[in-house]
Amino acid sequence: MRKTLFRSIIQAPVTEAPPPADAAALAELAASVDAAALRRLGRSLAIREVDAGSCNGCELEIHALNNAFYDLERFGIRFVASPRHADVLLVTGPVTWNMREGLERTYAATPAPKWVVAVGDCGFDGGIFAGSYAVAGGVSAVVPVDLHIRGCPPTPTQLLRGLLALLNAAGQDR
Amino acid sequence: MEMTAFDAITNGRTADPDHRPWPRFSVDEGTWAKTADALRDGECCLLGYWGERERVNLALGTPNLSAICVLSLENVDRVFPSLAAAFPPAARLERTIREMNGLLAAGAADSRPWLNHGRWPQVPEASAPSALDPHDKYTFLPVEGESLHQIPVGPVHAGIIEPGHFRFTANGETVVRLEERLGYVHKGIEGLMAGAPLAKAAQLAGRVSGDSTVAYALAFARAVEAATETVVPERAHWLRALMAELERIANHLGDIGAICNDAAFAIMLAHCGILREQVLRATATTFGHRLMMDRIIPGGVACDLNGDGRAAIEALVARIRRKFPELVELYDNTTSLQDRTVATGILRPALAQRFACGGVIGRASGRTVDARRHPGYPPYDQLAFDVPSLIEGDVNARVWIRIREVEQSLALIEQILSRLPEGAIATDIRARAEAGAAHTEGLSLVEGFRGDILVWVRLRADGTVDRCHPRDPSWFQWPLLEAAIEGNIVADFPLCNKSFNCSYSGHDL
Ligand code: SF4
Repeated sequence: MRKTLFRSIIQAPVTEAPPPADAAALAELAASVDAAALRRLGRSLAIREVDAGSCNGCELEIHALNNAFYDLERFGIRFVASPRHADVLLVTGPVTWNMREGLERTYAATPAPKWVVAVGDCGFDGGIFAGSYAVAGGVSAVVPVDLHIRGCPPTPTQLLRGLLALLNAAGQDR
Repeated sequence: MEMTAFDAITNGRTADPDHRPWPRFSVDEGTWAKTADALRDGECCLLGYWGERERVNLALGTPNLSAICVLSLENVDRVFPSLAAAFPPAARLERTIREMNGLLAAGAADSRPWLNHGRWPQVPEASAPSALDPHDKYTFLPVEGESLHQIPVGPVHAGIIEPGHFRFTANGETVVRLEERLGYVHKGIEGLMAGAPLAKAAQLAGRVSGDSTVAYALAFARAVEAATETVVPERAHWLRALMAELERIANHLGDIGAICNDAAFAIMLAHCGILREQVLRATATTFGHRLMMDRIIPGGVACDLNGDGRAAIEALVARIRRKFPELVELYDNTTSLQDRTVATGILRPALAQRFACGGVIGRASGRTVDARRHPGYPPYDQLAFDVPSLIEGDVNARVWIRIREVEQSLALIEQILSRLPEGAIATDIRARAEAGAAHTEGLSLVEGFRGDILVWVRLRADGTVDRCHPRDPSWFQWPLLEAAIEGNIVADFPLCNKSFNCSYSGHDL
């Protein structure tokens, strides 16, 4: 235990240089998310994630935002446990009829101003599950959506890029 | 040699000529009842149980999966005899058959709805007109006794996880009963598959549970290939296994980190998260998609391994080989962490056996089944690997099985890379219309990171899917979580739940 901790201190960050294109996008996003977050939201953005019917693929990539490579928290963006603490709802999946009320109530429990980001091709319009008797549609079929981040699933980099776009749009709204 | 219960059920029967690779028999209610007894007595295991318009199917295996078959009750007129009456592990499946196919299991103790929450604007085709009146309240099991209180949790949980409802009944800190309610992410996947062209159905299969996209795509492809007697090129088998082992490693790393994190040991999550991310980056480089979605297709694989990909995976394996032992040592030497995981959430081996529970959960409770070994599929018959098994059945055992399986998967990947055959990576799926059969049916069993995934498919003569039933390993694991948590403190539930890591989406379908 101590050995591992000690090594973590003396070693260079375990974060290795990602492939060039990726790294550039990440660095660029990192800087702008940080600046915009400071300006618009007083250094912090609280996100409540809601799985409204996803296949769990989108969740895996949202999780990845917390790993040492993307380290979302360094931007002041963090995931919170309750919608009452959230600025943003990050919603995945086609909204199933069985989750519709859960999503509506989570939205109602989130204090304004609030933004909704629909994640994935499913969150956009139901994706491959559109048209099923069990699916109400994309996220916007149930709650108003401010931004869609497409992809199946979107990569962590795409998710970061999307959060930045949201910050800019939210700034214009006010 | 003494005749086994499985033999007694299947001997002398004529199999349906269009079902492969294992036989499908039509049986009468007498045999159905005999099967229920064999299941109850542990002489056979239940691998799957699904309905159709007027038919109920049951995938049955010997306890070690050395033999498998499908039994069908045909011409069911709305009611059929319950298996769950004698064999409770079938209960949730019968509740689902009622909702999906409108066929009622007579004699079952529990006839409450399961996936149908009374919210669908229309019910699945052929289903009973009203499995649940939307205004009916779902009744949870009654609890009686002094000083008991209930804690309802979900469907929206505090973390970044899938939705489901847990109703705890606690006596002070101690859980006396957990009752699960699932179905929130039911997407109607079987309904979407019916009538779909093969390519669309394959994509749907790969999204039954996104964390197991490789395993599901593989299971679907193998069922289709069985039905159509398609011979897949050798190289494709090996590339499929490469993807499957990468998926297993990525998920196990994520789970090991997440379990430790739920015991407030965040450093493990951080380190495992790094390794997991490196797996996903290598798969993105190699196969063009971090989760490898849609890379396995009926007939083979959609992309080949080139020099860059090989280098990326070799580097990845070397890195994990270097880093992972340190993490294992860290886990092994941290007594405060083991204080949380040892003797927590114990699943008794007898219960795991009864539910034919597969995967890490089963193998941490004394089971030794692994679909890669039995019934087995290529190329695993040509590869050397162990199937780790422990008897303790606690959170700690489930962590250790995952650790050992990561090591086994690394060794498998090394073998695959060093012996990967040359040649084509895909072949066309033979349409069997010429063969004169209106329908062809195929079954497959594939080992995903959670356990054995079963896919059964019936294809029409034009090659489209008539009916497909994917069965997630979680069907036989979720009920066991209810048992494992009993007597533990409420605060240990996240730890137990994470150590099971059942799929919501795969179960809810
Ligand atoms: S967008 Fe893709 S990964 Fe996300 S929930 Fe839909 S199918 Fe799954």
